Amino acid sequence: MDSRTNINLDWAIETKTAASRAFLAVAGVIVVAGVAAPLFLSRSTIQDLFFILTMLVLAQCWNLLAGYAGLVSVGQQAFVGFGAYAMFAAVSLAGFDPLLAILLGGLAAALLSLPLGFFVFRLQGAYFAIGTWVVAEVVRLLLAQWRALGGGTGTSLPNSATRDMWAVQLVADLFGVRSAQALDILTYWLALILACLTMGFIYWLLRTRQGLGLAAIRDNQEAARSVGVDAASLKWAVYVSVAFVTGLCGALIYVQKARISPDAAFSVVDWTAYVIFIVVIGGIGTLEGPIVGVIVFFLLQNSLADYGSWYLLVLGLIGIGVMLFAPRGLWGLFTDRTGIQFFPVRRRLVKRQDRSSTDNLQGGRDG
Amino acid sequence: MMALLETHGLTAFYGDFQALFGVDVSLHEGETVAIIGANGAGKSTLMRSISGVIANARDAIRFEGDAIGDLPAAKVVARGIAMVPEGRKLFASLSVEENLLMGRYGRKVDGPWSLGSVYELFPILEERRDQPSTSLSGGQQQMVAIGRALMSNPRVLLCDEISLGLAPVVIRDIYAAFPRIKDSGASIIIVEQDIGQAMKVADRVYCMMEGRVTLEGRAGDLGRDAIHAAYFGAVS
Amino acid sequence: MNWLDTILQGVLLGGLYALFAAGLSLVFGIMRLVNLAHGDLIVVAAFLILVLVTGLGLNPFLAALVALPVMFAAGWALQYFILNRTLGEDILPPLLVTFGLSIVIQNALLEGFSADSRRVPAGSLETMSLPLGPVTVGVMPLLTFLSAVAVIIVLNQIFYRTALGRAFRATSDDMVTAGLMGVEPKRIFAAATGIAMVVVTIAALYLGTRANFDPTIGPARLIYAFEAVIIGGLGSLWGTLLGGIIIGVAQTVGAAINPEWQILAGHVAFLVVLLVRPRGLFPRAID
Repeated sequence: MDSRTNINLDWAIETKTAASRAFLAVAGVIVVAGVAAPLFLSRSTIQDLFFILTMLVLAQCWNLLAGYAGLVSVGQQAFVGFGAYAMFAAVSLAGFDPLLAILLGGLAAALLSLPLGFFVFRLQGAYFAIGTWVVAEVVRLLLAQWRALGGGTGTSLPNSATRDMWAVQLVADLFGVRSAQALDILTYWLALILACLTMGFIYWLLRTRQGLGLAAIRDNQEAARSVGVDAASLKWAVYVSVAFVTGLCGALIYVQKARISPDAAFSVVDWTAYVIFIVVIGGIGTLEGPIVGVIVFFLLQNSLADYGSWYLLVLGLIGIGVMLFAPRGLWGLFTDRTGIQFFPVRRRLVKRQDRSSTDNLQGGRDG
Repeated sequence: MMALLETHGLTAFYGDFQALFGVDVSLHEGETVAIIGANGAGKSTLMRSISGVIANARDAIRFEGDAIGDLPAAKVVARGIAMVPEGRKLFASLSVEENLLMGRYGRKVDGPWSLGSVYELFPILEERRDQPSTSLSGGQQQMVAIGRALMSNPRVLLCDEISLGLAPVVIRDIYAAFPRIKDSGASIIIVEQDIGQAMKVADRVYCMMEGRVTLEGRAGDLGRDAIHAAYFGAVS
Repeated sequence: MNWLDTILQGVLLGGLYALFAAGLSLVFGIMRLVNLAHGDLIVVAAFLILVLVTGLGLNPFLAALVALPVMFAAGWALQYFILNRTLGEDILPPLLVTFGLSIVIQNALLEGFSADSRRVPAGSLETMSLPLGPVTVGVMPLLTFLSAVAVIIVLNQIFYRTALGRAFRATSDDMVTAGLMGVEPKRIFAAATGIAMVVVTIAALYLGTRANFDPTIGPARLIYAFEAVIIGGLGSLWGTLLGGIIIGVAQTVGAAINPEWQILAGHVAFLVVLLVRPRGLFPRAID
């Protein structure tokens, strides 16, 4: 009875699940609340949220690099620092508006990733990792020679630059606050936008063919290449785009801090160790993991902040423990139990007429 | 008479894929048993199960009465079961002599086999003792692999596809060494695709197909049609 | 500037870097594991020697001798109980666990010993020097270099003349078939890390007596060790010595031109070699 000639019209590829649709709605509410937050939250809370959001961006970036493309870098601080320094140079030396300078910072970091990538892609695995650390050190040492930006001790953004930054005065008037606080609010909004854009971009990427190719590379590079995945180009594309976003984020962070030094901007602990722990504890290779990780990280930092090196020690032990006994992180534990994904990338083959048909054919973890 | 080595209902999996479905084979002291079958029949899986490379149910494999199914390879060789692996698997960084010496690493038992007697068995190896093992021809590498297994003076020798990739004249030379190996007291299981060669050397034969034993009998008793049917599964 | 003297100092410094690198090279060669906490373990050994020297009044060489079995056992246990669990197809677990270990060790040392700089007192040896023709050579730097050479000779002997060494090489070639020969990978790997820790202790002796150290200098030692291994080529211990020498000479020459350029010069030398010979100067044929 039924015509079997138009089989391809009966099937479609779907990734949304009931849980993810619910999450999308909730996320929308959260974002709106986030935008309105400066109305009812204190300045220090806004600063905390800024920290959380920027760490989230860095974590999502590192996760894309290591968890999806298999490029374990312990040298991302190179892009944080370089983006920040490029921003500082644009503002202090060339008089650019800090907002524009943030964008320039991102572009500068992307440009830096070209020669850096050229060197580090000559190495594999663990040696790639240390290689990224070495080149980050080289960049740090070189920038520490730049007298115009304070050399080894660093420098501050001129007050006028931040005060006159686009929209700062607007925000200050809107909220009835001084320009310093207005800067905090503005950078917070920018961080919120960056976080949403970053996660949106990554989610979109993973649902494209390239994203599937990435997952294939991570699982088995040779097999991926044998089915036509261009591993080298994909890795380059990921490396450069991650550098761009990382540089943007670094520039944004240092607009808010308004003071920079090579040791701070290129700190392995702040921009790599913390980020790695966030991703590992939260759940590597998932979009939800870094979100969970950043929340856990923030709570830990608040409770242990007074204990100096104990804080890092505990963080390190938790990270080791998670990697040994729950390698998919806290989110991985949750999703293994419940099967719930908020950013589902698993591709399901669904019959068009009847979406809840039992003819669904499910692929593996990532499609 | 209790078998020296036997399997009972042996199953084996590669992840979700089941390779063996309840295999029963046995080897008696002094015997040579051949396992034949097409590619993918499960012959090598059987060898890897016995030698401990694959973990199985404890009682599924018994050696001298002891359950060894779940023992790791290092412990299996210590007990006296040595494997000549499929593809020879010589150590590329080691010379011929060093490869042979590795055979004694896990089981240092004195017996008929030592460097000297292995060199007597395969004189060409003594000439090339210090050369990297990979510089030898296929047939010579196979000799090294066999010698390496013999160095542990095993009670059971497992030979997995030793004729693979070798010219017929070379295969003959290698199998020519078998009588001496048998005389030294080893009981042997060979996995072979070359049915004729298997029949010449073996006392008993098992035929496998798709993870099951489809035929068993004394080498002389099995007719060609029966083997054909058991090998390919077709009724001829 | 006395070029001869500068280069000689660089060569001798290379001996120290080779000592840092030898353990790393050994472990990577056998089990493809790079321990990101390697540098911090050198610092641990240095503190251990310091404690033995100041607590028991031993001379540094004797203290190092006492520390050797302790570090061997610690390395053996670390590998057997923790790092063995990370080995497998995925490159992430060993990297992340050893990175975590690095952070834990640094901060544990900070808690235990504070961030103060220390030095292992070596008495008159610290300043003794030997006239060698046109130059004078410090006794400690010379001893460091000679120890590096001795360590490499001994390690090569172990690798190529002993059953254990055969087992190391066989396991590195083919872990499964090595198992068929009776090699238990878990124990072999533990032994390898144990030996690496012995070398680390010797390195720590010379690190601790040569200059000030504190809990945070580990990562920089890891980087020098890594650079020496890469320059030399994976799998060649003599290559590692040469790699160390190249870095050492680059650093001393760089420092002689401008003290601020010392470390940068070493990294630049590394990058140049990486550019020209990505597999190092003496890569082994099989990898």
